[in-house]
Formats: sequence, C-alpha cells, structure tokens
Amino acid sequence: MTDVSIAPRTFDAPRMHGPDGDRPTVSMVPDSLGRFGRFGGRYVPETLSAALDQLEQAYAEASADPAFAAEVDRLLATFVGRATPLHFAERLTRRSGGAQIWLKREDLSHTGAHKINNTIGQALLAIRMGKRRIIAETGAGQHGVATATACSLFGLECVVYMGAEDVRRQAPNVRAMRLMGAEVRPVESGSRTLRDAINEAMRDWMGSVETTHYIIGSVVGPHPFPRIVRDFQSVIGRETIDQCRARFGRLPDTVVACVGGGSNAAGMFFPFVDHVAVRLVGVEAGGRSAAAGQHAASLSHGSPGVLHGSLSYVLQDRDGQTSDVHSVSAGLDYPGVGPEHAYWRDLGRVEYTSVTDAEALDAFDLVARNEGILPALETSHALSWAVAEASRRPAAEIMVVCLSGRGDKDAAEIARLRGLPPDAATT
Amino acid sequence: MHPAASTVTASGSGLDRIAAVFAAARASGHRVLAPFVTAGDPDVETSVAVIEAADRAGASLCELGVPYSDPIADGPVIQASYTRALGAGLTLEDVFVVASEAASRVRMPLLAMASYAIIFRRGVVRFVADARAAGLAGLVVPDLPLEEADELDAACREAGLALVRLVTPTTPPARAEAIARASTGFLYCVSVAGVTGARSELPDGLAERVRWLATKTTVPILVGFGIAAPDQVRAVGAVADGAIVGSALVRRVADAIGQPREALLDSVGRFVGDLAAATR
Repeated sequence: MTDVSIAPRTFDAPRMHGPDGDRPTVSMVPDSLGRFGRFGGRYVPETLSAALDQLEQAYAEASADPAFAAEVDRLLATFVGRATPLHFAERLTRRSGGAQIWLKREDLSHTGAHKINNTIGQALLAIRMGKRRIIAETGAGQHGVATATACSLFGLECVVYMGAEDVRRQAPNVRAMRLMGAEVRPVESGSRTLRDAINEAMRDWMGSVETTHYIIGSVVGPHPFPRIVRDFQSVIGRETIDQCRARFGRLPDTVVACVGGGSNAAGMFFPFVDHVAVRLVGVEAGGRSAAAGQHAASLSHGSPGVLHGSLSYVLQDRDGQTSDVHSVSAGLDYPGVGPEHAYWRDLGRVEYTSVTDAEALDAFDLVARNEGILPALETSHALSWAVAEASRRPAAEIMVVCLSGRGDKDAAEIARLRGLPPDAATT
Repeated sequence: MHPAASTVTASGSGLDRIAAVFAAARASGHRVLAPFVTAGDPDVETSVAVIEAADRAGASLCELGVPYSDPIADGPVIQASYTRALGAGLTLEDVFVVASEAASRVRMPLLAMASYAIIFRRGVVRFVADARAAGLAGLVVPDLPLEEADELDAACREAGLALVRLVTPTTPPARAEAIARASTGFLYCVSVAGVTGARSELPDGLAERVRWLATKTTVPILVGFGIAAPDQVRAVGAVADGAIVGSALVRRVADAIGQPREALLDSVGRFVGDLAAATR
C-alpha cells in the first residue's frame, strides 16, 4: 500500500515535525477525513457527527493556540512529573548479553502510566468546548484512573465504564477511581471486557453528547480521536528522541512498545516514523495460543474491518462479527487496534509481533527481580520481546522499551493465576 | 386491510416498490407503519413468521435488523435480540434466507438495517448484490455517515436499492439538508439523541423539525427511535409520512420466547394491528 495522504496544513499539530520538510512523509496523516491511508475514517451514528466535528474544530483551534500548548506542558511538568527518565536497565542488559536495553519510564508518571498524557489534554479540550461531564472506558483501569484524576484536577463530573471481568481483575484501580470521585459503571454485556466498555461509553455518549465529552483512552475510535490521542501521547517519543540525542548523540537502533489499542506505541513511534533507520516494533498479546479466541493480536492475525468507529485490523469472523479475544493483560484484551498502526503495518514501517501470556508473566518476574521495577502486564509483553531480541543484537546497539505502566495493579491477579492468596504475588 | 395491497407487487426495483408504498398511502390518506424485526430472533423460521404476521396486521414496510456483535446505536432491547440470534448461531447467509423467505411471502418491501462492519466485511458490491438477490428493497446503515457513504451509495443506485439516510436532533441544519438530499427511498428522522428504545413521549420540537425537513427533500419522511404506542404513531403521522417501531416490537418477541409460536404471532399481530390502525 503506497497511499500516503498529506494532512491539511491548518490541522497540523504545533509540534509535529518531519525531517523532510514539505515532502510527504509517513507522519503526514491523517487527511481531513481522518484517513491513515485506507484506514481510519468515521463510522458512527449520525447523532455523534456534530460532536466529532466540534471536537475536530476545538482541537484545531487549540493546536493553533500557544496558550493551550503552554498549559498542557505546564501540567505535564508539574502535575504529571514529565519528562520521564530514560533509564539504563543494566542487569537486564548483562543477562541478555547483547544490545543495551533502555527503559522509557512512563511508569513514573503520576497515576503510574502514560495514559495521563492524553487525559490532561482531552480534559482541557472538553473545558474549551464547555462540556463539564466526562465519560471514559477502561480496560486495565489505567485510563480510567487517569481520567478520574484529570476530572478531579479540573472539577469535572466523571463516569467510567469498565467491563465487569476487568473490575474484578483490576480492583486497585477501581478503588482509586472511586476515591477521586469518579463513578465506575461495571459493564455486564458481551465478554465483559474493554470492547464492551467502549460500546457502553458510546451508547452513553449517544444520549449525552451535547453536554458530555468522551475521553477515549487509546488511538482508536472515530476521527479525530486516533489523531488527538496520538498527538497527546507523542510527548513520549519526542522526549525519547531528545534524551537519546543528549545521552548518545544519536537515535536508538530499535524502539519497542506493547500494542493493544496502541496508544503508548503510537505516542512512542510517531516522532520516529520519519526516521526510517530506526527499527520500530509493536508487541501484541499472543494470549494462550495463535488459535482464534485465544489471543488479542489484531495486527498479527486480524483482517481489515470496522469496529468502534474506524476501519482497521479487527479480529472477526467471516461475517464481520467481532471475535472473542483473550489476554492475561486487561489493557491488551481488545479485538481491534488503532488505524494508524494498521497503516504503519501495511506500509512496513513498523513490525508487529506477539508474545504469549506465559512469556509476558516470565518477563514480569525477570524485570521485578533484576531491575527493581514491577512492570504492568501490558508492558511485560514488550519487555519479553525486547530481552529476547537484545540477546541477538550487538552490544553497540541501543534498544529503547516504552515502560508504559507500573504493575502494582496486577499483583493480585498474578497471584490468582498462580493459585496463591492475593497477598502473595509470587513465591 | 392493507392500504397498498392492490398496488404493491414484488416486481420492479427496490426503489420503485418503496415509492409505490408511499404513493398508495398518500392516495388513500394513510400513513406508513414500518416495524423493525430482528432477523433470526429467536430463530430463522419464527422471524419470518413474525414478518408475515406484521404484514397481515397492516404494516407497509419492514426493517429487517441484521444482528451485529457491537451495535453502538442500539439500546438494550435490540442489542439483546442480536445477542440471542448470534448466540443461536445465526450467520449472514441465514439473514439473507430470512429476507428471501419473507420477501416471497409478504407484500411489503423489506429493508435491511445493517452495520457497516457487516457490509464492509462482505464487500460493498457483493453485499448489495446479495441483498438484491434476497429480495430486499433497500438498506439502512446506522453507522455510515454521509462522508463515508459514496461507495455504498453508488452500488445501491446501480442495483436500484434505496439507501436510507438518518437525520438526528444533533444534526446541524446545513448537514441535515445534505443528508435529506442524499437519502433515497425515504428519509429516516431520528426522534431523539440517543440509542434505540421505547420512550413514552415524543420529544419537543420534533414536529417542527419534520416539517422543516419536508421542505428540503422530495422523499417521504419516517420517524423512528422511541415510538412504542398507537398514540405516538398517530402524533407522528400528523407531520411525517409514517413511523418506525423497533424496540417495542422486539420486546414482544422476547417476552414470548418459550411460548407456543401461535401465541407469539398473535401478540405481534395484535400489537402491529393497533399501531397500523393509528396510521389511518
């Protein structure tokens, strides 16, 4: 696929940059209809069209307003705690015996994951649009917590939809949301996971759209959400570029991130996509096996389809019904993926691979015992691939892993999976 | 009796058959009642029988719901009917069987209400060809806004099928005009901002909106979402060409599961009959 669209000038994010000046580059998407090549778009009920137009307009105006960028940057610095460090994983590197493994420490962000980069930005957009009620979906609960946090910070009403299965397996995050004044609504329909939470959030929005903003948590959904979330998350990749240049005087050789909906990966990869010498690798949830229903690897095993408002790779049956999926990680347990990832996949710009539940759990243990970090189970997928690959690369190479979130939330679930009491995560 | 019985036949393009329904209704001073039936709920044979019962009871058009796993425009009643049908193993081939069986037995034209996810997966051109072969007269695609509809619109025009567009209370006037101009067969005026589901009252401003829309399009206007009772059908009929009744009928099917089919069909027939009486 060679269809590289050029985004209209007026909608360029203020800090979007490419090394090739005005030449079309991988980064020059989406177009004015939200297309990333053939992917993306806006497949939603007409009831939501006006709100999405309003959001697009508000985002364009905010992007052109230096005061907006300054406010986002101020909050990212003093509230979120950015820039997050780029940390050398010395013992992991020694064990691998190959490329240097560096960790971009998004787990050190306030609320413990990258999700807050997006919720601060979108909450400010909601306020610009005069909307004081916020809804969100959440899988692992990290986006729910980050949304509840932003709503508490700005004094906004907050309702979070969360699959009942995820309410069970991510209880610490449910408590955190409620403590910050958010209402958590468990979703009992379908598979009772992230996909169903998105359906319910969309249904709420259908009836509340004139007073409510939907802070979608990943680079999914109808245009302009994939672009807005990517832009707000791109601070991850921009900082990584600056830190690599300052530390090494060059860019890294390989950059790795886990991919469910794909927001930490999109934020990490986007500033790199025009730097074609940098190898970019997205790691999906391989679940129990490659059999249908046993994994959540949409880019590895899915096909083009429409889900939750955009065209991307979807795990679906021959009729277009969304498949049931599985991952040990609630945040990756999703049958779709952001349309820009589908675009990068078909362009060949980003490699996508997958790691099984068992491999991710092993990586969790490895990093916990060797680096003094409890990584999120989502992140553990990226770490698993990175450790294995580093051992095959020369010591002169630099590999950066997006350590997208911390794993405290997963401790009880890991204990349960190992048949241990909840207060004993490991033996 | 059915107001259009003497003039509607199964021949002609889908667009022609839909136009004939409205022409006949206008000639006799009646409004059009368009019930929504979920294909394959609770099973293929029963859903065909429900469509037949609705036809006998005076319905003039039928929206055939194509079950989808993630219907974001639908409320709990229709969503549950989709889950039941898919849980029983319904495939898209089965949906087309329901359509062709029903089309061969009833006078009223049938339109498929289908998510674009289903249409895209089959391929736009192939889906339209299959729909036409199954005797469907048109499509309603609730998650396909104007900007994304060109390919499906071209395929439907080529096949003589209606592509019914939706206007909602949140649609700004200029956009509503563009949608009204693009719609073929009829225009679907959504009564409320929200998902499908029975509501007890018609919203304020609906009559005004329908009258305004009627000045912007040459196709008839049907009002849907939230309509559940003869009073509402009558009130809608005062300004629009008719009403679409979805969740209220689907609920009657759901309530009758486990009972003999005759009891279900009797319940459907009486309900649709009461609604149809309100169109005259």
